[in-house]
Amino acid sequence: MSNDVNAKKKNAAPTRGPGNMAAAHGKIRLDKNSVKLFGRLMGFMRGRELTLFVISLALMIITALISVRSSTFTGTIIDDYIKPMVGTVDPDFAPLLKAILFMACLYVVSIVVNLIFNRLLVDVSNSVLRKIRVQIFEHMQRLPIKYFDNRQYGDIMSVYTNDVDNIRELMSNAIPNVFSSLMTVVTIFVAMVRISFRLTLVVLCTVVVMYLITIFLGGASARFFSLRQKSLGQMNAYAEELLSGIKVVKVYCHEEEAKAGFDVRNEDLFRKTASANRLANALMPIMANIGNVQYVVLAMVGGAMAASGGAGLTLGKLAAFLLLSRNFSRPVSMISQQINTMVMALAGAGRVFELLDEEPEVDNGKVELVKEDGKFFWKKPDGEMVPLKGDIRMNNVDFGYTEDRLVLHDISLFAKPGQKIAFVGSTGAGKTTITNLINRFYDVADGGVTYDGININDIKKDDLRRSLGMVLQDVNLFTGTIADNIRFGKPDATDEEVIAAAKLANAHDFIEKLPEGYDTVINGTGSQLSQGQCQLLSIARCAVADPPVMILDEATSSVDTRTEVLIQRGMDALMHGRTTFVIAHRLSTVMNSNAIMVLEQGRIIERGTHEELLEQKGRYYQLYTGRTA
Amino acid sequence: MIKRLAKCIREYKIFAILSPLMVIGEVVLSVLIPLFMADLIDKGIDVGNMDVVRSIGLKLLLLALASMLLGVMSGMLASTGAAGFAKNVRRDMYYNIQRFSFSNVDKFTPAGLVTRMTRDITQVQMCYMMLTRMLFRAPTSVVFALVAAFRINNRLPWIFVCVLPVLAVGLFLIMKNAFPLFERMFKLFDRLNAVIQENVRGIRVVKTFVREKEEISKLDSVATEVRDVSVKAEHIVVMNGPLMTFCMYTCMILISWIGARMCVSATMTTGQLMSMFSYVMQILMSLMMSSMLILMLTMSKAAAKRIIEVLDEEPDIREPEEPVMTVADGSVEFEDVDFAYGNAKPCLKDASFKIESGQTVGIIGGTGSGKSSLVQLMPRLYDATQGSVYVGGVDVKEMDLTVLRKNVAMVLQKNVLFAGTVAENMRWGNPEATDERIISALKTAQAWEFVEKLEGGLAAEVEQGGSNFSGGQRQRLCIARALLSDPKILIFDDSTSAVDTATEASIREGLKNVMPECTKIIIAQRISSVKDADKIIVLDNGRISGIGTHDELMKSNIIYQEVYDSQMKGGDFDE
Repeated sequence: MSNDVNAKKKNAAPTRGPGNMAAAHGKIRLDKNSVKLFGRLMGFMRGRELTLFVISLALMIITALISVRSSTFTGTIIDDYIKPMVGTVDPDFAPLLKAILFMACLYVVSIVVNLIFNRLLVDVSNSVLRKIRVQIFEHMQRLPIKYFDNRQYGDIMSVYTNDVDNIRELMSNAIPNVFSSLMTVVTIFVAMVRISFRLTLVVLCTVVVMYLITIFLGGASARFFSLRQKSLGQMNAYAEELLSGIKVVKVYCHEEEAKAGFDVRNEDLFRKTASANRLANALMPIMANIGNVQYVVLAMVGGAMAASGGAGLTLGKLAAFLLLSRNFSRPVSMISQQINTMVMALAGAGRVFELLDEEPEVDNGKVELVKEDGKFFWKKPDGEMVPLKGDIRMNNVDFGYTEDRLVLHDISLFAKPGQKIAFVGSTGAGKTTITNLINRFYDVADGGVTYDGININDIKKDDLRRSLGMVLQDVNLFTGTIADNIRFGKPDATDEEVIAAAKLANAHDFIEKLPEGYDTVINGTGSQLSQGQCQLLSIARCAVADPPVMILDEATSSVDTRTEVLIQRGMDALMHGRTTFVIAHRLSTVMNSNAIMVLEQGRIIERGTHEELLEQKGRYYQLYTGRTA
Repeated sequence: MIKRLAKCIREYKIFAILSPLMVIGEVVLSVLIPLFMADLIDKGIDVGNMDVVRSIGLKLLLLALASMLLGVMSGMLASTGAAGFAKNVRRDMYYNIQRFSFSNVDKFTPAGLVTRMTRDITQVQMCYMMLTRMLFRAPTSVVFALVAAFRINNRLPWIFVCVLPVLAVGLFLIMKNAFPLFERMFKLFDRLNAVIQENVRGIRVVKTFVREKEEISKLDSVATEVRDVSVKAEHIVVMNGPLMTFCMYTCMILISWIGARMCVSATMTTGQLMSMFSYVMQILMSLMMSSMLILMLTMSKAAAKRIIEVLDEEPDIREPEEPVMTVADGSVEFEDVDFAYGNAKPCLKDASFKIESGQTVGIIGGTGSGKSSLVQLMPRLYDATQGSVYVGGVDVKEMDLTVLRKNVAMVLQKNVLFAGTVAENMRWGNPEATDERIISALKTAQAWEFVEKLEGGLAAEVEQGGSNFSGGQRQRLCIARALLSDPKILIFDDSTSAVDTATEASIREGLKNVMPECTKIIIAQRISSVKDADKIIVLDNGRISGIGTHDELMKSNIIYQEVYDSQMKGGDFDE
């Protein structure tokens, strides 16, 4: 019997499941791979969780047994108590009462056990989920920037929301249900066979019929569902695009066209949805009534057997069998329903493990950053201490995001301590890429980058990054107070340090004017602040970290001129006395740089001071004056 | 709330009525089955009369088939009905959104509208389908099962009647206690997602400042809280099962005891006893189902509410009854105009000025000084709170909106292109534009140089949001699109910010030659963009601080001088 159930499980997987993603993709099967996935998923349960889980499963067996006993009890009552007493003058109800009381005790046990294992499962599944969430997050923190470059941010989020949700369904519903259903199926089956083998065959026939119908309807419906899914995707994409651009629609009086385009997709979605759900909805009443038909057939066949007195089938046993058969089809269809959930959850688990299997950033660095007497040193593995000065050199660096296409060619440059190096060039010339190599967001393909004479690959990544400050063009803030956001640069900064940094960045004035000052809570998008204010905050955040080397990406437009002056002054203050690499957009920045690198298509095509470059009348001159020489 | 949404059923009303009717039929038939079954056992099996077994059996089979048929049909009808309902809701929302003014859109935000159009509707549709199929199933099933049970025996069913309230109160208590916890859980989930979202978005910042550990502990604490609250909530919910079994087993025990005695004293037959057991199951199952239904309803409530908000939103810009259908020329006049977004404090005060047709006018000022607000009043994207705006000598409130907007073209700060070909995007400006016209507009906007190089040229695909073009390219395409509508007034709202100085100058030059009579209004950050304008309006904090030519303002306006000094005369290094 258990073979039968397993076979069912394997074959049924792809076809069941109207209305889920698995059906939509149509390809996910319960195969070897999913068994492996399942095993890994179960691997999240360790120690206490595993013990509790096993206990819960064991307790389920008890409830399954009691529920079967409850069905056969009906037969016992009829055969052993009612029938013999019918017609007796002074029936003795004491044995019956005793039997019923015994049953009542069993029921109490069953209820208590039920409550216990359900609670245990809640505990287990929730701790496992917490563990999964934290583990994914932890792992994500160690992934290289490349991982984030190649993925839509929505896809990453979806791992945390949809995929973890599906796993949660699996843990808290599917597994317990399937297991308890399996237990019930097995015990009921044994009980049925013990009553009558021939009647059991009838039941098996119905199960096969049900199975065939599910395959047929499920298969057809899965096809419709994948059509619907596609149509829904198109509909949503259209709505999203047009609604995001609603202002443009209005400016161009494009409303009627927008409606027409919408109606077409809406109508299509309607038709696909209706037909997909139609089949899915038909399934339930068919199943329920096949159960009824089976019941009738069993009554007729069993009745004939009981009437003929053959095979030792009594009325009580028949009654018990009828109840059992009713309870038999429920767990069977329960299992088939849960297969959807399992397939979906395993697909989700697959994506979770995909993330967990991503290679983390490589960090073979052994040189550490240490602070002694208020000064920073590089501590080499052999104990040698090199004072941190901020001397950075790039020697013949090549780099490509993919192996086959280099975006930087033969970049060589140096920045002596305290010097300011500006990068200029058009978008895509490689300015940002260069800076991303210095802090090892990416690793160079060829050539080397040294920091105070040490190859940066030998420096521990965290320490390398601690020694580098960065102000990015896109400001990312975090939900929390203004002070929290500034402290992001240095978690243990005192209030005085925070305020000093804000003053340096020219942010103090506007912060003071906020309703709660430094304690004003802002959200991650910083929507309560202007873009310029966000930038001032990000400068303050960097100032509090007080790094010896700075990488600045100047913001371009969208900030008004007055705030821009503030930002400018803040940045200048921040750059003072530090080695600075700046992706420059402003004249004043480049003018007081020690060297300007003009980049084009990944190569440094001109270098020198402002005056020198103007002399050359090359690309720089052209960019600067807006005309060709 | 239900009433408002019910309005969207319309042509699918017949489905909404038929489907529950069939459900009722299905339920009634399935309630009859145990009744016949009792007869089958008592009059057939128990006495060994196979003819009775056969004839009742046949009736039972027919009953089961009929009930199946009704069930299948109701399911199919419900599916069409629900899909149709969703279609209508979606359509109503979308159509209403098309009537929205900018301030309506601001209120919901485009992202908010998208969620309502997609996720919320799917949720409500599911709920509607469940409702049409289940709403009547549970009550009819309980009522008919009770009636049938009483027909068999007038004493035993009282057991149900006593147990039912226990179950109902139990379920109610469970839900009442669990619900607030679930609400808390959903809020926590939002926080959890926010932490992750901010982290993914700001991963560079996290790595730069080596804050991975702190981020992990931040997430850990929220994830732990999520676990604790969901454990609490689910501990309550799992009481459902034991409660249910408790009620079921109580009924079974009592029916066994009392029923057995009745059977012995021959006031009831064994077949009837078995039917009683069937009804116990049926009634309890229905109740369980309705408790789930209620849970689902409450969860969809929020979604339904958000949908209705959109459906009931009234556009706050209305068209006049007898609109002026022409725009005489490209002149613009503001007369003591005040403007505020919603109830916020005014961002434009006492604005009065006049622009002659065909002039080029620059507008300069800091963020929040009211530049964008000022120009958005011209095509009546918003209504002035006070004062009047005249275009071509006519108050914009008297004009036909479509006519007005076709004549006052605007290149928005947030440029949006749509999925489709380049040509299709261009034809937003003018559906009848020929390829030649499009090319010439692209040339004027300095966009032809790169469009030409694209594979397919005009037929090249634009990805959603124009993501396959750089910022500067997108801006130039949007300018070309605006040119094609051949407007009397053309407004650029900081729409060349990502275009380098040289190209920007060429665009300005091209405009001057191609559209000499068109009034051009240019909002810019760079002085160089507006230096040659006939007139420059300097805005400061919602007020006009000066109007004049570059030279005049250099002499008289301090703000203008400040801006000029900070930018000196240098160019910009970006493209």
